[in-house]
Order: sequence, then C-alpha cells, then structure tokens
Amino acid sequence: MTVDRALFLHLGLIAALLAFHFVAPAYHHTNIARIMVLAIYAMGYNIAFGYTGLLSLGHALFFGSGLYAAGLLAYHADGTAGIGLIAGLLAGGAVAFALGLFALRTAGVAFMIVTLMFAQAGYLTVLYFGSYTRGDEGIVIPKAGRMLASLDLSDDNTRYLVALALFAVALLVNLWLARSPRGRIMVAMRENEERSRMLGYNPYTVKLTALTISGLYAGLSGAAYALMFGYAGASLASVQYSILPLLYVLLGGAGTVIGPFLGALLMFYLIDYASSITDAHQFVTGVALVLLILFAPKGILGTIRERGLKWLP
Amino acid sequence: MANKSTPLNPTRRSVLTGMAAGGALLTTGLGARFAQAQSSEPIRIGFQLHRTGIGASYGRWYERTATAALNVLNEGGGINGRPVELVFEDDGTDPKRGAEVVEKLTTQSNCDLVMGTLFSHVVIGSAPRAGELKVPYLVCSEGHHVASGMLNRWTMQPGITDVKSQVQGMAPFVTSNLGKKITMIFPDFAFGHDHRDYFTAAVAAQGGEVIKHIAIPPTETSFTRYFPQIPSDTDVIYHVMVGPAVLTFVKELGEFYGSGARPQLFGFIDSLEAVDINSPGLEFLDGSHFWEGHPRYKQADASEHEAFYRAAVGVDDNGASVSDPADIATYAHMFSTWETLFVIKHAMEAAGYQGPADRQKIVEAIEAMTDFAEGQAHPQGPKTFNGKTHQTFGLQSITKVEGGKLVRVHQTTMEDGFYPDEVDYTTMSF
Amino acid sequence: MTAAVLALTASGLSLVFGIMRVVNVAHGAFFMLGAVLAWFVSEWVPGPAGLSFAVALVVCPLIVGAIAAAADMAVLKRLNYEPEATIVATIGLLYILEQAALSFFGPDARPVPAPLDFRIQLPWFGYSGYKLAVIVGAALVLLMVWLILKHTKAGLIMRATQIDRDTARAFGINVDRVYAGVFAMGAGLAAIAAVLIVPIQQAHYLMGGDPLLLSFIVVIIGGLGSLRGTLVAALIIGLGDGVISTFFAPTLAKILATLAVGLILVLRPQGLFGKRAA
Repeated sequence: MTVDRALFLHLGLIAALLAFHFVAPAYHHTNIARIMVLAIYAMGYNIAFGYTGLLSLGHALFFGSGLYAAGLLAYHADGTAGIGLIAGLLAGGAVAFALGLFALRTAGVAFMIVTLMFAQAGYLTVLYFGSYTRGDEGIVIPKAGRMLASLDLSDDNTRYLVALALFAVALLVNLWLARSPRGRIMVAMRENEERSRMLGYNPYTVKLTALTISGLYAGLSGAAYALMFGYAGASLASVQYSILPLLYVLLGGAGTVIGPFLGALLMFYLIDYASSITDAHQFVTGVALVLLILFAPKGILGTIRERGLKWLP
Repeated sequence: MANKSTPLNPTRRSVLTGMAAGGALLTTGLGARFAQAQSSEPIRIGFQLHRTGIGASYGRWYERTATAALNVLNEGGGINGRPVELVFEDDGTDPKRGAEVVEKLTTQSNCDLVMGTLFSHVVIGSAPRAGELKVPYLVCSEGHHVASGMLNRWTMQPGITDVKSQVQGMAPFVTSNLGKKITMIFPDFAFGHDHRDYFTAAVAAQGGEVIKHIAIPPTETSFTRYFPQIPSDTDVIYHVMVGPAVLTFVKELGEFYGSGARPQLFGFIDSLEAVDINSPGLEFLDGSHFWEGHPRYKQADASEHEAFYRAAVGVDDNGASVSDPADIATYAHMFSTWETLFVIKHAMEAAGYQGPADRQKIVEAIEAMTDFAEGQAHPQGPKTFNGKTHQTFGLQSITKVEGGKLVRVHQTTMEDGFYPDEVDYTTMSF
Repeated sequence: MTAAVLALTASGLSLVFGIMRVVNVAHGAFFMLGAVLAWFVSEWVPGPAGLSFAVALVVCPLIVGAIAAAADMAVLKRLNYEPEATIVATIGLLYILEQAALSFFGPDARPVPAPLDFRIQLPWFGYSGYKLAVIVGAALVLLMVWLILKHTKAGLIMRATQIDRDTARAFGINVDRVYAGVFAMGAGLAAIAAVLIVPIQQAHYLMGGDPLLLSFIVVIIGGLGSLRGTLVAALIIGLGDGVISTFFAPTLAKILATLAVGLILVLRPQGLFGKRAA
C-alpha cells in the first residue's frame, strides 16, 4: 500500500538520523543538528510555497520573531528554553497570521514584495531597538536560558537529540498535513485558485492558515536556533535568511516532505566543501545552482517523483 | 578533553570508541580524532578569516600579516621546537557561518586553537561555540565585547585595544586641541553605538559636550540630506562611518562645506582602511585628524621593529603593498594578528603545551600575562594585558593629514585608556 | 539625484520584468559589474577623466549586455522562463558574478574620477555639479529608451512579444532573439546607471544589493511593465525617503518608508499605474 511506503520512508529517515547520532564524527554531528533546525524552517517555508504556492520573500521575519522571542526572553527576563521554544513558536505563528491578514490581499509578485518589505521593516526594527537587541552585533544567550527542564542545550549530545525530536515532530506533522484533506486543498489552491473557489473553498482562509502554520514552523526553528547555538543577531533576520529556505526547498524539491531537509543538507555541504577546495567558493555554489536548475528544475525529489516514485508525498 | 554530563545519551562516546577501535570507521575525520599528538607534529592554529563578505578587505590583509608572522615564528624555531601551521577558513563575515567555522577548525581540521576574527557580530556569534568546544578563541576585533563580560572564559583579545579604551584615550586630545562642542556622525548599529556611548561619556568627563548625534541607517548610500542637521556652532565633527559608502560620505561632506569655513574633523581610520588617503574627492580631509591604532605611513621616529614588521608583511612606507602601491593595507588593525600569534607562542611555551588536552593551560597562561614589551613580537608598541577582562591595552596615535600623508601629532599614554573592570573571567568555570 | 539613477536602474528591471515576466535577481549584480568595469576602463584608458568616462559609458553597457544575453541564451531560455526556476538561476548568476568581481577586482571599494569637477555654492550649502549632470544624463537615456519602445520597429516587436508571446511567434517574430535582446538591454541600462553613479559612489563588489531591492520596489509600485509608473515611483521613493527622514530618526524613517511601500501594494496590488490583473 502506498500509504505505508511513505510513512515507512519518513520514519526511516528519522531512524537513520538517530543512528547517525551514534557514529557521526564530531564535526558532522553538530552540522546535522544545525541542518535539522534549519530544515524545520525550510519545511515551514515549503508549506507556504511548495504546497500552497505562496512565494514569500519575507520568511526571515517569522524566523527572526522566533529567534528574538526566545533570545530576548532568556537575555532580559531569565526565561528558560521550554518557555523560549513555545514563545518562539507562537511569535512566528502570530506574526505570520498578522502579516497574512494584509499581505494575502495581494498575489504573485506583489505578494513577494509586500512580504519582503515587512521583513525588511522587521530587520530595521531589530537595529532600531539596539539598546535591547544589540542590533547587528547580537546577543549571547545566557547558559541558564538554554536549559530545557534538566536538559542542557549547549551540550552536544543533548542538542542533537532535542533537534532530532523537534525535527521528527515537524516532519511527521508535515506528512500528516500533506496527506490530509486540508493539505490537498492547499495544493488545489496552488494549482487552480478559481476552481477551488468554485468548489466552495475560501482561498483567503486556506492561504492564511497555510501561512500561519508556516510561521509556526519558522518561529520554532528560530527559537531552537537561538537556544541551541546560543546567539541571536540581526543578520539572522536579514533578507538572506528569507532567500535561504527558498533555495533549500527548490533544491530539495518543492511540495515534497523530505525535500526541505535534503535541500538544507546539500546546500550546507556544497558551501562547506566548495570553501575547502577553493577560495572562490561562491563561484562553485553559483555554478551548482545553475546546473541543478537546468537539469533538475523540480528539485531533486521533485524530479525523482516525476520519473517514477509517484507516491512520494 | 573534559567530558561533561551527557544526560540523554551516555553511550554515544563508548559506541564511537568501540567502533573506531574495531576499524569499522576509518574516515579521516574520525581517524585523526583519535591520533595521539606527537611532540614533533606541527602545531595547528585555526584562523577564522573574512575572505568573502563585507569584511573581505580586512580579511586579505589579515591573511597576509598572519602568514608573515608565521614565517618569522617558524624561522625562529616554531613553538616549543615544533613547527607551526595556520589553517585559514572563510566565514563569509557571517555569524552563523562563523560558528560553523570554529567547529570545523576545531573538530575537523584538528586545530589546537582558533584566532583571527575581526567583525564583532562574527565574534559574538562564534564565541559561544568556542566556549562549548573548550577551545581557546583569540579574536583580533577591537570590539568591547570581550572586556564587557558578555563572552566566556575561552575568548580573549590579547592583540588589540578595545574600542572603549581607544575612544576614551582620544577624548582629551579632541577637547583640548580641536574644540569642546562636538557633533558625532556614526552608523546606526552596534559599532556606531559603542562610539556614541563611550565617546560622549569621555568628552563629558573632559568638560566638553557632544551637542548632536547623527545616526545613519546602515543601508544608506547618500548622505547629503543629513548634513543640514549639523548645528552651526559645532567645533568638531567626529565621524566613524564604515563600509564601502565611506568615500561617498567624505566627498559629500566636502561638497557640503566646500572651500568655506568648516568645523574641525576628527575621524576613526576605520572609515578609510584599505582606501588611499589621496583618492580623488578626499582632498577635503587635508588638515583633519584621525585615530590610528598603528600609523599607516611610516613615522620619522619609527622603531627598528616597525621597519622589520613592514618588510616582513610586504608593506611600503606609505602603508601600501610593496608589489602594488594602489593596494592599501588595513594597517591600523592587522598588526593584531601578528601580535596575537606571538602571544600564543609565549603562552604555549609557558604552559608546556603538548596537545589539545592542554588547551585550558593556554588560557591560564595568557591570563597570567601582564605586560608585552615593544619588540619584534609587538611592533605596534608596548601593551598592558588585563587577565581578568581578557583585554589588552596599548598606545593610540592621533595623526593629521599633511601633504597627502598621515603624520602623528599625538600619542596617548597607557593610562589614558584604562577604565574600571567590568568582568572577572578568571572566576568563571572552564 | 538618487531618484534619477534609481529610475534608470529600475527601468532596466522593469523592461525585463514587463516583457519577459522574469524576476532577475542578478540585476543588482549587472549594476555592480557596470561600476567595476568603469573602474577598469578608467585605469586603462589614458588621458583626462572625461575621455575614459565617455569610453566607459559606451563599453560597459555593451559588455554587461553581452554577458546578460549569453546568460539568457545559455540558461534562462532553457528554463522556458519558469518564474521559480529563473529566480534560482539568477541567484546562481549573482553568486558567479560577485565571485568574479571579488577575484578579479578585489574586495576594496575603488573610486573612479568624475569627468567634470565643479561645485555649485548656494548660500546655505553646496551641491556637486556632476550630480546635476547625472540627472540630465539619466533623463536623456530614459527618453531614448522610451523613443525606442514607442517609435521603432524593435520597440513594436518588444511590445508585441510582451502582450502575447505565442501570437508574436506565429507572426514570424524570433521570440528568443527578442528576449535575449531585452535581457541585454535591461542589464545594459543598469550598467549605464552604474557608470553614471560610480564617480560619486565608488565601485565595490557588494554594491548591487541595495539597487536591486530599491529597483524591485520601484517596479512593483510603479506597476508591472509600466515605464511611466516606474519613473513616477522612482521619484516618489527617491524623494520620499528624504522627506520622511527630516521628521523622524533616520532608521525609524526607513522603517516607516518600508512599511508604506508594503501598504501601498496591499491597497493597490497592481501598482500605481499597472493595469488590473497583471
């Protein structure tokens, strides 16, 4: 049965990541933890873009909301990691919902620019309140703020396993969503908005829900990043961090559940490897992007799905 | 390596060790991790480099200076008789990548310690990871982040004076020689805010007054519209703009005042690092004053060490590359990588450093240091090191633009730059 | 001044955007490339600054245009101008161009001498004569673009392609060549803007970011593919920023201006001069 195959694949990925924990060399161990956190962000992006067709250039606002909700709580109010994660999750979702109320009145390119503008305003706001955020320099999250109950998130092993737990939940929720009726409506919205409207679905509500879920993911990821890696700075809320998940998703395969993780993984090691073989590593990255889009325009998993594995969610 | 409590998974390391011993995993990273350091093996020093991104101008010269220092170091017998290697890794002047680079240098490249970071946000983004990895992290940044106490026991700045001390050292000269009513123009982010806060306080302590703060947003490319905000009774304009737009800033300031009367100008050379002072449009700076951490133009009374340092790095008497006179060095900052490398040498020798297990001893050895004498290892001049705040203090120069050169008119004393300790890192745990 | 150069840069993006429906993320990189090439020209061409400037004004747009045309034919055409795919491809192109500039030009900001050097001294402050010249120059170039679009056969073909690509093809128009030409022209306009501004702003390998962002805003606010809208929007954005910043702290002014742009679009998603359902 196709259903089992998909579930099996995703559980298999989680199991593989758990197994990796025991055998990974130290460097890759931390990298994968970082990639899993960023993959949550990319999965969130994918829910808006890959499934629902909302091409946003402002997701750094949601990521940044989570980052600073957790970071500032720990820094100024002695918050702990549990509170930080929940605050980040909610902040990302709330900001996405609020932005969606306005921005979803536009579509296509106008939507891109509106989201870009609001994210830019968010970035500048971080700088403007420099006395609290230390602006571009950023803040170091105190150790006490990085305790999740009795788990110390600055410990390598704990961090990996907590990142894996968050990633697993995010992945399975994403899988469930993609296969639920709601997920199919989202895809319908992407494919043909007019027809879905005639079938009785309100595009505005569907999109707003998708964007809010997307914001919850991004916020959670931002909070997890701040708490696990101990730093929150304005550059993490800048426009590059809106483009990053877009690249991850396009690379891995838009509208696939594992695509965002695969994209984040490949992108990280592409840059990492390129910088170890040449000074001109941006060149390698650029060429790789161009080649990938030429020869696998649907992303890696999208292309695989097209060429045979039709059941891939 | 001290093994911390691993609440979720106590078995990871034992599994790993067992598998490695069984020869199941002989990947380079893992294999090297278990190799015992031989006493003849080279010491590997990781260098976090701004090769790309906004810090690339500095990065290029940091790489050249550190490489020159490395050659001098190795010709002098290395450290404890062992040769030394530098492993450069680009961080893209980005804090996220910065943390990853610290990780890579430590766990993948097997470096004994990490040094060299300049931009504050990269330092602050990377320092927590260095602390977790328990690897000495010696920055060359001039930020106040180390001495302010926001970082950790493993992060130190032995090579360059921090901005708070620099600014405080400048203030007496500005108020007594240039004027007491000052307008500050600075970028509206943390670096600019440091200048705003410390200089305003230091000027007030000297009986002067900052009458106007003009904060420029970081994305600005044209400045003309801000100049009318400069009060007409301003004696001195204090400017610390950075980044590629700085030439525009100076030119437009020149256009604004023209050849008519203008206030005195005092700037931080950070504005014009890697930029020729004789560039078209900068004529306006003639007769103005600059802070320089290390004077770009060779001064008449330069020491033999200064001459040696210039020759070793490949910088001529005008602060440009000997192979290309249009290639201007980031001279006021790059000495810090040279001096830091020699501090490492002394610390490792004092600690009897053998291998990564002795990393903590390096930190303790540097904390125990108090003075660096001027010499080949410290060509910029003598320094006082504060082991509690992990911060070094040196002499600052004020130079004046005269005939297309920067000529020193004043040098601060060590005491000018001291301020009360804000942290005692030695009481923190490792 | 800002508005004039912005209009020029944005009109290039607007052309590409309007006719090809391509979001060209590398547009800022073409701008940067124009400035960097202008520096090389000023180094290699002997004689007065005016001469090298004139050479740069001709040579740089041609080189940049040629690179753009090559990129279009080698990559974008094969992607069939799919919006998402072209975004990724042009991001890749951006990386390649930036790295090329860093490798061959270096990380430093380098000044280029201005072709004319006089200053207009008003009683309360001074203004650079060159900046006025830039405004005039930008206006002339824009006028030329407008004339080409409205009154030449090439312009007619471009507009026909914009309205309906398939019909144009049916009428024997070589759409591929038109697209390559438009892409080159868009990049060339960015390069001209860069040559004009570089004596004021210096060439730097990361200078493309802000013009890209601003051009995008201008193009969208002005309305897709509307050259007139682009001009008006450039004026509003170029001047409006300055007006707001006299009332608020500069960074706060930037925040408000950015939000205003976002809200204008929410209220008029088709832009100020765009047709409905673009």
